[in-house]
Amino acid sequence: MTTTQENPTAQEVELITVVIDGFEVSVPKGTLVIRAAEKLGIQIPRFCDHPLLDPVGACRQCLVDIEINGRAFPKPQASCTIPVEPNMIVKTQLTSAVAEKAQRGVMELLLVNHPLDCPVCDKGGECPLQNQAMSTGNGETRFEGVKRTFEKPIAISSQVLLDRERCVLCARCTRFSEQIANDPFITLNERGALQQVGIYENQPFESYFSGNTVQICPVGALTGAAYRFRARPFDLVSTPSACEHCASGCDMRTDVRRGKTLRRLAGDDAAVNEEWNCDKGRWAFKYVTAVDRLTTPLVRGADGVLATASWPEALAAAASGLKGKRAAVLVGGRATSEDAYGYSKFARIALGTNDIDFRARVTTDEERDFLAAKVVGSTTTYRDIDVADHVVLVGFEPEEESPIVFLRINKQVRKRALKVSAVATKLSIGVDKLKAEFIRVAPGAEGSAVAALSLTAKSVILVGERASESTGLLSAVVQLGDKSGAKIAWIPRRAGERGAIEAGALGALLPGGRPVADAAARVDISTLWGVSSLPANPGRTTSEIISSLNNGELDAVVVGGIDPLDMANSAEVLAALKKSFVVSLEIATSAVTELADVVLPVAAITEKSGSFLNWEGRPRAFDSAVSDSLNRSDLRILSAIADQMGESIMLGTVTQAVREIASLGKWDGARAKFAPVAATGAQKISGNEFLLTSWRRLLDLGTMQKGEANLAGTARKSVAVISPKRAETLGVKDGDILRVSNKHGAISLPALVEDIHDDAVWVPRNSFGTQTLISLNAVHGDVVTVVKA
Amino acid sequence: MTKLAPVLSAHWDEKDSFTIAAYTRHGGYKASAKALAMDPDAVIQLVKDSGLRGRGGAGFPTGMKWGFIPQGDEKDHYLVVNADESEPGTCKDTPLLMANPHVLIEGCIIACHAIRAKQAFIYIRGEVTHVVRRVNQAIEDAYKAGHLGKGIDIVLHVGAGAYICGEETALLDSLEGFRGQPRLRPPFPAIAGLYARPTVVNNVESIASVPAIIANGAQWYQAMGTEKSKGTTLYSLSGHVTNPGQFEAPLGITLREILELSGGVRAGHKLKFWTPGGSSTPLFTDEHLDTPLDYEGVAAAGSMLGTKALQIFDETTCVVRAVLRWTEFYKHESCGKCTPCREGTWWLVQILRDLENGVGTEDDLAKLLDLCDNIMGRSFCALGDGATSPITSSIQYFRDEYIAHLTNGGCPFDPVKSTLFSGANA
Amino acid sequence: MAYTPDQLQVMDAIIKRYPRSRSAIMPLLHYEQSLAGYVTNEGIELIAKLLTLETAEVSAVATFYTQYKRKPVGEYHVGVCTNTLCAVMGGDAIFAALKEHLGVENDGVTADGKVSLEHIECNAACDYAPVVMANWEFYDNQDVSSAKELVDSMRKGTPKAPTRGPNSLVTWKEASAVLAGINDGKANEGLQAGEPTLLGLKLSREGK
Ligand SMILES: Cc1cc2nc3c(=O)[nH]c(=O)nc-3n(C[C@H](O)[C@H](O)[C@H](O)COP(=O)(O)O)c2cc1C
Ligand code: SF4
Ligand code: FES
Repeated sequence: MTTTQENPTAQEVELITVVIDGFEVSVPKGTLVIRAAEKLGIQIPRFCDHPLLDPVGACRQCLVDIEINGRAFPKPQASCTIPVEPNMIVKTQLTSAVAEKAQRGVMELLLVNHPLDCPVCDKGGECPLQNQAMSTGNGETRFEGVKRTFEKPIAISSQVLLDRERCVLCARCTRFSEQIANDPFITLNERGALQQVGIYENQPFESYFSGNTVQICPVGALTGAAYRFRARPFDLVSTPSACEHCASGCDMRTDVRRGKTLRRLAGDDAAVNEEWNCDKGRWAFKYVTAVDRLTTPLVRGADGVLATASWPEALAAAASGLKGKRAAVLVGGRATSEDAYGYSKFARIALGTNDIDFRARVTTDEERDFLAAKVVGSTTTYRDIDVADHVVLVGFEPEEESPIVFLRINKQVRKRALKVSAVATKLSIGVDKLKAEFIRVAPGAEGSAVAALSLTAKSVILVGERASESTGLLSAVVQLGDKSGAKIAWIPRRAGERGAIEAGALGALLPGGRPVADAAARVDISTLWGVSSLPANPGRTTSEIISSLNNGELDAVVVGGIDPLDMANSAEVLAALKKSFVVSLEIATSAVTELADVVLPVAAITEKSGSFLNWEGRPRAFDSAVSDSLNRSDLRILSAIADQMGESIMLGTVTQAVREIASLGKWDGARAKFAPVAATGAQKISGNEFLLTSWRRLLDLGTMQKGEANLAGTARKSVAVISPKRAETLGVKDGDILRVSNKHGAISLPALVEDIHDDAVWVPRNSFGTQTLISLNAVHGDVVTVVKA
Repeated sequence: MTKLAPVLSAHWDEKDSFTIAAYTRHGGYKASAKALAMDPDAVIQLVKDSGLRGRGGAGFPTGMKWGFIPQGDEKDHYLVVNADESEPGTCKDTPLLMANPHVLIEGCIIACHAIRAKQAFIYIRGEVTHVVRRVNQAIEDAYKAGHLGKGIDIVLHVGAGAYICGEETALLDSLEGFRGQPRLRPPFPAIAGLYARPTVVNNVESIASVPAIIANGAQWYQAMGTEKSKGTTLYSLSGHVTNPGQFEAPLGITLREILELSGGVRAGHKLKFWTPGGSSTPLFTDEHLDTPLDYEGVAAAGSMLGTKALQIFDETTCVVRAVLRWTEFYKHESCGKCTPCREGTWWLVQILRDLENGVGTEDDLAKLLDLCDNIMGRSFCALGDGATSPITSSIQYFRDEYIAHLTNGGCPFDPVKSTLFSGANA
Repeated sequence: MAYTPDQLQVMDAIIKRYPRSRSAIMPLLHYEQSLAGYVTNEGIELIAKLLTLETAEVSAVATFYTQYKRKPVGEYHVGVCTNTLCAVMGGDAIFAALKEHLGVENDGVTADGKVSLEHIECNAACDYAPVVMANWEFYDNQDVSSAKELVDSMRKGTPKAPTRGPNSLVTWKEASAVLAGINDGKANEGLQAGEPTLLGLKLSREGK
């Protein structure tokens, strides 16, 4: 047995020592000179260079003198393209007159065609060109000629504007779009001095990642419509933050002026989002200030009308309504880890129940068992994708449902042709871009396709939350994982789901993955919480809670940020809420607040501190970016209600929760057991019947995308997808209107004939013109009828 | 007196010289048969021994280039023939392909065999319809005759108007279906060229020279030319001469000799300046009439042999106008990738235009030279470097003429006098 | 414009010439010009589809190369070389005269759609300067009057034959098909070489 192989991270990295401006530095083999210099604190000016893009050496701003083994290059070299070599001596602008002049010369040339419009440019104050022109440029211009002019600015999507005059043609944006996002919708066009960035006239720059180009543009050529002319960088206060939109876990920065969020930028976390994010994360933040934002508590009076109330009144009403009742908690997947912990503790102590579930969507017991057995405590990470021999996507569309996961897979596909397979009903745009093997299945038949896969211990199975919609699929995944040793990761859509599991916001789990059914686990937690005992019987699931409210087995419910429209049986949900005593903690009015007895306005993400666990289980903490009178996290309110109920949970502040969570310690007892469920397979159909399949797109009617029309303008168009074979039978071609219906209702959408299982019809789940769950009350695999309208 | 030595051009005066019949009549496709029977390495060695150097401009030894292709790597290898010929003044590959395309095809077969390539591409400039016809027909006929299609295939790829596609890496990008912009090197084409596979890129004339070398041996080829510049080559004489045209001679012949052979500068005029190898090679004057036109001789005199495009200008020509026009060419052809060339040529043209119109001061000459210094050796590829050659060399030799424009308040020359039809119907 | 099955078949054959389909983009653009006279949006969209590229990638290529036209040119597209050598020897005068004669500017097309005019860069025929090209065929040793006669013959629909080229001038669309690699059977027409090309050989035969 060798010991070295056991620890792959201990792999030797070959170091190379070079001399830069007289200083020695040792860097890993392959490091570019420009970055070796950074290590010494020597900043070589640059434009086209970007550490995450392939080097191009186009702008020529980073020229330095280089000598290897005593032999000097005859001309200065682009330090952004040359890797270090042994015995290399580099002289930058600091020690070489030639390099200094070369850089000055290039800077002068870059400014030849650049307009002098810094005072009105959005980039002014944070512009690499402006900064480097100060450090590297000549004081005065020698150019007296005619500058190139373009019509300005042009919208290359509803969200991104292009000022070609300001462009320095570094090609960062086009390289990003091609190399990172795999969306080559913007390209360099024309040539020579007329070269310019552009789109093809009939295809706007509708990439989910377009905002990154605005961020990495080293001048003010690409700007976001939302931020244009809004502020100067020095007026902004920046706060590191975490993205609340999905489970990818992006590091972010929120820029605020006078209490108002003006923009959000991707932060830099090499392990997670690198320096990217998606357009939803970047631009969907106006919901916070949307018109329907709740500002004061509401209490339903004796007259049955919701009316404004004071906080003490509202808290008292909530407490008395819950006290001594058979109550449950529905928390939703968007809570911070701390808030989820608050709900979890509140349920157990204040309500004395395990009836808590964060899954405000189609759920099954199979999924609950899967979460308890396989997801809580799971350690699969982005890094596993980086080194995987095969990535399998199950019920998961990374580009739509966790865009940074998409970027990471794409990176490996590009870099080393990583093998990707997708078990899915329809070939999606994203899966196609990943050049993945498309394993086409009928909706409901996913399980057997998964069972047929063969993987290794270096493979990774990425399972989406929609896997629960196909009976037996999660069981097949578990079996495949057990058989092959492949790693499994569950990637939900929402930012708070993994945190909610770890916080025990699930009927079968206490905080830290402790099974409710395990007496030792209960003792652990009751000791920590200072209570004599905890309820022992596993709690109800979301759907059980709803039906119990409906049939009178439960009286009351605390609802934190869920949308009944996310659940297939929305009518049943609404009926249940109508019947029961409902305490709703919400940021904006919703179908739930309309029916609630007590409505407690809570802080939006930018207004509070907390943390999220992303799908990996990696925490990202953030502070409030906007100080606001609404700075009330859910847990503080829950704590107040609990106090009123005489069942303190002692979580007055986020800091207290953080400390308590940290003191939880590890659970080393047994994990909950997974009980496999047999697959039922696809339903039988005939004639015009189809099996419905759908997922949510990244940009859709999600409540947190409210108020941002420019962003909505870049959403993918709503279509109903059927296979060529079925299209022929129906006599349908692209663009014809299809009517998808069942006994509940109908949706009409333009047809798109594409690669999809013959039995299936795909529609977006919650997009413009199509809210499947509401209109059809149908889920994945249900039978619908499709006709040409 | 150096004697002309037609090898490539030996049979061009036969009316059907471009047909496969004519080519085989003169022993065509015997060299490839001979080469195919040889060990590939032996073919490379023979070409190395011949001393053949690339005729596309840089003069890199052809056999050595072939030798860089990794052997036994189990990858596809490619031969790419550079028939983009767009350097101003250069006009040798085009008539060669018009008069005898089969010699290139035979050369391709031999080169493919040597570098273990199964596929060759000929990248030809798009602005020569009839030459495209001829090469295409020749390929078809070579297939019919069984020279192609038995392990070696050739595809003709037609460009679409971009000088930069003559630069070998831009050519490869263009051939792969991208905009023709130069690639970062390393990796060099020999390691990762077309489709990231080992690739040899050679000029038409380089490859067309190979069949004769195989047929007659390295010794024969070696015996022609000078110490480090072996063999014969096409010199293209154009401009203000009595008789322009193609002259195939051993390397090392001088312009004086070529002019004497062909009838000299046009009657009543005298040589003012000339390019030894296209517009990207620094200008020469009558001082350089006896410079041996081989790689070393021209370099020693401060220019480059380039493509041996001898463009002759007599005393009626305004050097500022000539240089301005070339600079406009570089501006038009700059691919746009790098700052110095893209922005520099934009600026250079404006300054030169002013100077030609007599606007500016002597300081502008210093500015011009400094700008050239900021472009030369700073740009991504040699196009930017080439753009500065006419400017710096013309200021070196004709500074007074630039000044004369300024003192004269405009160009002192009459453009009509330099036309071919001056005095006639201009 | 709808593409016929025959045309689609030609495009398919063009794609099959190459080990990787993307390489076919340039001949396909030439072919598009042979059908439509210039690169239309339909052409860009079709090529993108055939090569599984984004339309932006195709238009990026189409706009890089000057021979691809994004608006119609004349049936006879005339290019006057105004690079230094030809310009000095008469190209400038020819270009100026043709502009006036045809009443068009650079890149202009005559109202009847017969002739378009462009000044072009060096066309590898310097020993035949001044050079005029029509549909990329050589018209060597031109002067102002011969160039005017040439465009007049085009306007009459009876263009003069190229000096080194086929027996008669083909149209822009027909020439574009040749550039797409389609054999029009005219390769054997015309001279093998003009006098300047043969000068060195002739002198050598005279013992020089
Ligand atoms: C801007 C530029 C244009 C060039 N144009 C041509 C050309 O038209 N034909 C050619 O053979 N080489 C041309 N070259 C040189 C090629 O890059 C390359 O060196 C040559 O094709 C190699 O062939 P050889 O070794 O046979 O000379 C050009 C180089 C540059 C920088
Ligand atoms: S020098 Fe730069 S801009 Fe000019 S052709 Fe080369 S790469 Fe393009
Ligand atoms: S930063 Fe090095 S060339 Fe642009």
